[in-house]
Amino acid sequence: MDSYIVSEELQNHSHHAGEHGHDEEGNKMFGFIVFLLSESVIFLSFFAGYIVYKLTTPNWLPPGVEGLEVREPAINTVVLVASSFVIYLAERALQRHKLWGFRLFLLATMAMGSYFLVGQAIEWSHLAFGFTTGTFGGMFYLLTGFHGLHVLTGILLQLMIFIRSFIPGNYESGHFGVNSTSLFWHFVDVIWIVLFVLLYIWQ
Amino acid sequence: MTNVPIDSLSLPVGKPQHESPGGWKQYFSFSTDHKVIGIQYLVTAFFFFLVGGIFAMILRGELITPEADLVDRTVYNGMFTMHGTVMLFLWTFPSLVGFANYLVPLMIGARDMAFPRLNAVAFWMVPVVGILLMGSFFVPGGPAQAGWWAYPPVSLQNPTGNLINGQVLWLLAVAISGVSSIMGAVNFVTTIVKMRAPGMGFFRMPLFVWAVLSAQIIQLFGLPALTAGAVMLLLDLTVGTGFFNPANGGNPVMFQHYFWFYSHPAVYVIILPVFGIFSEIFPVYSRKPLFGYKVVAISSLLIAVVSAIVWVHHMYVSGTPAWMRLIFMLTTMFVSVPTGIKVFAWVATIWGGKLRLNTPMLFALGGLIMFVFAGITGIMLSSVPVDVHVNNTYFVVGHFHYVLFGTVTMGLYAAIYHWFPKMTGRMYYEGWGKLHFWLSFIGTNLNFLPMHPLGLQGMLRRVSSYAPEYEFWNIIASLGAFLLGMSTLPFIFNMVVSWMQGEKAPDNPWRAIGLEWLVSSPPPVENFEEIPIVISEPYGYGKSEPLVAEAHNQAQ
Repeated sequence: MDSYIVSEELQNHSHHAGEHGHDEEGNKMFGFIVFLLSESVIFLSFFAGYIVYKLTTPNWLPPGVEGLEVREPAINTVVLVASSFVIYLAERALQRHKLWGFRLFLLATMAMGSYFLVGQAIEWSHLAFGFTTGTFGGMFYLLTGFHGLHVLTGILLQLMIFIRSFIPGNYESGHFGVNSTSLFWHFVDVIWIVLFVLLYIWQ
Repeated sequence: MTNVPIDSLSLPVGKPQHESPGGWKQYFSFSTDHKVIGIQYLVTAFFFFLVGGIFAMILRGELITPEADLVDRTVYNGMFTMHGTVMLFLWTFPSLVGFANYLVPLMIGARDMAFPRLNAVAFWMVPVVGILLMGSFFVPGGPAQAGWWAYPPVSLQNPTGNLINGQVLWLLAVAISGVSSIMGAVNFVTTIVKMRAPGMGFFRMPLFVWAVLSAQIIQLFGLPALTAGAVMLLLDLTVGTGFFNPANGGNPVMFQHYFWFYSHPAVYVIILPVFGIFSEIFPVYSRKPLFGYKVVAISSLLIAVVSAIVWVHHMYVSGTPAWMRLIFMLTTMFVSVPTGIKVFAWVATIWGGKLRLNTPMLFALGGLIMFVFAGITGIMLSSVPVDVHVNNTYFVVGHFHYVLFGTVTMGLYAAIYHWFPKMTGRMYYEGWGKLHFWLSFIGTNLNFLPMHPLGLQGMLRRVSSYAPEYEFWNIIASLGAFLLGMSTLPFIFNMVVSWMQGEKAPDNPWRAIGLEWLVSSPPPVENFEEIPIVISEPYGYGKSEPLVAEAHNQAQ
C-alpha cells in the first residue's frame, strides 16, 4: 500500500462521513438473482435425470402410449412466451408512472398465465398414463407439475403486486417487488422453453 | 493468559467492557442480530453434537464385542443412520454457519447481514429439523435405517406400511435443512459481495470470509441437486412413482448420482470454513503474516469448482464404467492440489514464527496434523484399485472421521476458544482448555487410527457383529471413543463457568489484526460506531501499517 492510494481512498469516502449507505434495493435484487440461479439447478437436475432416463431406460414409453400430443402444448408455449413481453410492458408503464397501464398489462399477464395453467390441466386429464406409470410417467408429471407450481407462484406474486399498486405511495420509489416478479416470470418462461423441447419436440 | 512477545505491532488492547446487551433471554427470541443468531446456531449445534455423540457411544459400545449383544440390530441401524445425519446436518453445518454468521459481518465491516430477517428464519428451521429427526424415534418402526446415504432400494423398504415412518421424516428433515441452507447461502453471498466496508477489496478480505464465500457458492449450486433427488425418493416412498424403484422401472443408481452430486461437495462446504479458521489462527499465534495470502484465497474457490466434478468416486463399485472411473480418479486426485497449497501455506506461516501454544493454536495444530493424515488416506481411496478393495470398509470410516472429527471438529474447537473472549467478553480457563485438547487429540487418534487396519483387513462398516479376529482393534477404538466422549466434559465445564464468571476479556486479547478485534468484547448491537475504512492487507503481523484509516480508529 502506498500512501497515495490511501489518501485517494480517504477522499473518496470522506463525503460519506464514514458511513456508506448500502443500497437496500440492489441487495435484494442481487440476492433474488442468486436465489434464482440456485433454483435453476433443481430444474437442471430434473432435466439431467430426464435425459439419462430417456437414453438408458428400455421400453421408455409405457405400453399403449404412442407419444405426446404437441399441438395444444405448442399453443400454450406461445401464450406463455408472449406473456413475458406483456409483463415487460407493465414494468415499463410503471417506470413512466402510468399506474393504470401497469395494472392493465399486469392483468393481461395473469390472464395468459392462467390460460397456460388451465391448458396444462386439460392436457393432464386427457393423458393415458399416470404419475406412477413407470419412470416416463413419473418424469413427465414431475417436470410439468413442478413447473406448473412455479407458474402458479408467479401468478400469485403478480396478484400481490397488483393489489399493492392500489395502496397510495407504494410505488413512489423502489420497485423491487415488481422487478423481482417480472424476473421470476421470465425465469419460469425460459425453463418452460427447455422443458417443451425436452418433453414434446424430442420424442 | 500467556505473555505476548513484543514485536513491531502496537495493536490496541483496549479496555474491558462487560455489559452484554439483552441478557440470556434474547437467545430464545426471534432476534435478527447476526451475533445473537450466530450464538444460537453454535449452542443448538453443540447440543446436537452431544446427541450424535451419545449415538456414537452406543455404536462403539456395541462393537466392543464381536457379537451383537448390546442393542437390537434395527436399533443399531437407526443409530448409525442418525449418528451420521445428526453430526452432518445438525452439528458441522449449523456450527460453521454460526461462526460465519457471527464473524463475517464483523470481519468485512458491516452492521449486519444483508437480510437479517431471512437469517433468523433460516436459524429457526434448524430446531425443526432436530425435532423431526428426534421425533422419528417415536414413530412405529423407529428412525430411518438406510444410513445417511438413504440409498434405494433399501430406503424404499417400509415394513410398517405407515405413511409417516422414519425414512419419510428423515427426508423431510433433510429437505427443510436444505431450504434453510439455501436461505443462508443467498444471505452470505449477498453480504460478502455487497456489504464490505470501504477499502476492503476482495483481496483484503480475511481468509475465513473467502472460505465462507466459496462454501456458500457450493451450497447454492449443489444443494438443489440433493433436493431434487430427495423429492423423487420421497415420491417413490409415498406415492409409488418409479424413479429409483426397480419394481416400477426405476434406476436406483440414479439416486446415488443425485445424492453424491451434492453430498461430496458438502464435505467441502464443511471443511472450507475450517480451512478459513486455520488461516485466521496460525498467523495470530505465530506472529507472522500468512504465507501466500492470495494463492490461499484463490485455492478456496478452486476447491469449490473442483468439488462439482468428483462425485462419482463414491460409486466406483456401483457399476460405473471403467472410463468414467478413470476420469473421476484423476479429478479426485486433483483436489489434493488446492488443499496441498493451503497446507504448505500454513506450514510456511508457522515456520520460524514466535509460537504461542494457547488452546486455539493447539487445536489448530492438532487439526492440521490430522488433516494431513486424512489427506493421505484420501489420496489412497481416490485410486480405483485401492477403493475397489476397501470400499465400504472401516478404512473409509477412519478416513472421513479423520476429516470430520480430526479436522473439522478440532478446527471448530479452535475457533470456539479463539473467539470465545470476543463473543462473551470473558476469558476461558487455559488449563482446562489444554486438558480438553490433549484428551481430544489422544482420543481421536485412539478411536480412528485402528479403523484403518480394520478396513484393510476387510471389516465392513455398518455391521453390529463381526469376525473375532477384528476384536483387538475394535476394543482400542471403543476405548478411544469413550475417551473422546469424556473429553467434552472439561470443555462444557470450561465454557459454562467461564461464561458465567471468567476473567473479563479485553477487546483484543490475542493482539490479532482484523476488524472484529477493533470493537468491544462482546461487540455492540450495531458492531461499529463508525464503519471503518480499510487501508491495508489482513495478516500484517510484524509490519507497521495500521489496518484501518487513523481518522476512523476511535472506536476504543
